[in-house]
Amino acid sequence: MQHLLEIVGISKSFGSIQVLKTCSMTVAAKETVVVIGPSGSGKSTLLRSINLLEPVDSGDIFFAGENITRERKKAHLLRQQIGMVFQNFELFSHLSAAENVMLAPVKILGMSRADAHDIAVELLRKVQIPEKADAFPDELSGGQQQRVAIARALAMRPKLMLYDEPTSALDPEMIREVLDVMAELSAEGMTSIVVTHEMGFARRAADRIVFMECGEIIESASSEQFFAGTVSDRSRRFLDQILH
Amino acid sequence: MSIELVLQYLVSPSFARGAGMTLLLTATSLFFGVVIGLVLALIQESRTRVGQLASLAYLWLFRGTPVLFQVIFIYHVLPSFGIKLSAFVCAVLALSLNEGAYMAEILRSGLQAVKKGQRTAGLALGMTGSQTMRHVVIPQAARIVLPPIGNQMIGMLKLSALVSVIAVEELLLVANQTASADFRYFEALTAAGIYYLAMTTAFMGLQILIETALDPKKRQRLRRVSLTERMLGTSQSFVVR
Repeated sequence: MQHLLEIVGISKSFGSIQVLKTCSMTVAAKETVVVIGPSGSGKSTLLRSINLLEPVDSGDIFFAGENITRERKKAHLLRQQIGMVFQNFELFSHLSAAENVMLAPVKILGMSRADAHDIAVELLRKVQIPEKADAFPDELSGGQQQRVAIARALAMRPKLMLYDEPTSALDPEMIREVLDVMAELSAEGMTSIVVTHEMGFARRAADRIVFMECGEIIESASSEQFFAGTVSDRSRRFLDQILH
Repeated sequence: MSIELVLQYLVSPSFARGAGMTLLLTATSLFFGVVIGLVLALIQESRTRVGQLASLAYLWLFRGTPVLFQVIFIYHVLPSFGIKLSAFVCAVLALSLNEGAYMAEILRSGLQAVKKGQRTAGLALGMTGSQTMRHVVIPQAARIVLPPIGNQMIGMLKLSALVSVIAVEELLLVANQTASADFRYFEALTAAGIYYLAMTTAFMGLQILIETALDPKKRQRLRRVSLTERMLGTSQSFVVR
């Protein structure tokens, strides 16, 4: 299996606090990896280091075979190939749902507004809210906003999607609609890394589960192994906690 | 009081020229004030130590002394260093430098009001830093800073009266001179007051227009109307989309 992403021993400190301790992991094309772990364990930093939003102190990151770790000037070209979804949606409040999706294709790729609009409508249909194309972010529910954010990330046709706790800021009744969209994308073969506490989603959509604690990757197991319970004590303790 | 005389002053060329000069002073000083303010705000945002110290020193100097002092200082002190400028240029220079200090703070607050996550989202899409600034941060900041900038516009119009002390023929100086020549203070000053009110009213109208233009929802409502028009075929741009 060819690896789309390979992380080799990356470390990162904020001041005296080490948030990533020689983390290594690989993600194959079309694979969905769910990253779990207590808050403050470095999951978000791991995600942000992959698209170079957070430079690492040491170690290497390979994307599609290329070492991207020290890339600075061309970082934006790499990020065009990697979609990211945030906990707080971060839709652009001055733009309608469709315009949020259109912004990157129009301003980065120089696509015509008409073509970009077609893509936006198609993507909003994919995330099940074509009727909200003209609505502004503050007119949408949290679940709807997050689905527009997923559509916005997909507009650049990324090779990899990063989800940073995409449902943590949502009311319980809206979590499902977002997870459904993500699971469908995974099933269609979108390579994804998902930081989440939703174990139901992990069971449903993950090929592999990575467990992090205190900046370390403690465990990386196939979904079957993980849920069959053949895991380390630390992972089991964490699972017991979040499953009550 | 003679209303006839007030009307006479209102339509007289000297008053019209004075009002024109006031407007010109205001517009040019505002323009350069915004430019200076934007540069200062971006320098402060860039977080380099030298830049921050420099802009802090600028704010300290120009907010810490009266505008009237700055006007007189530039007009009377610069020539002794061999820099000879016309009264008008001195007036614009003093007003712009002063305005820049206030604009810097307004623009900086606007930039800071756009949350960091919005920038991150722009970068994550693959935009460069300057593209993110242009397409994500500035459009949102512009809406936030518009009301205080409206204040500054009106404040500047009134501030421009100060430069009468260096004999720039603006509205107040014209009114004052006319009044003392004719011994008709009431009428001359009433005419000037009417001019000032007319101009500030126009500025307020302008502010409302810009606010509507920058409000995406109001703008879209306008667009929806034109879309309906297009569908009814009442507009010729029907085929464009």
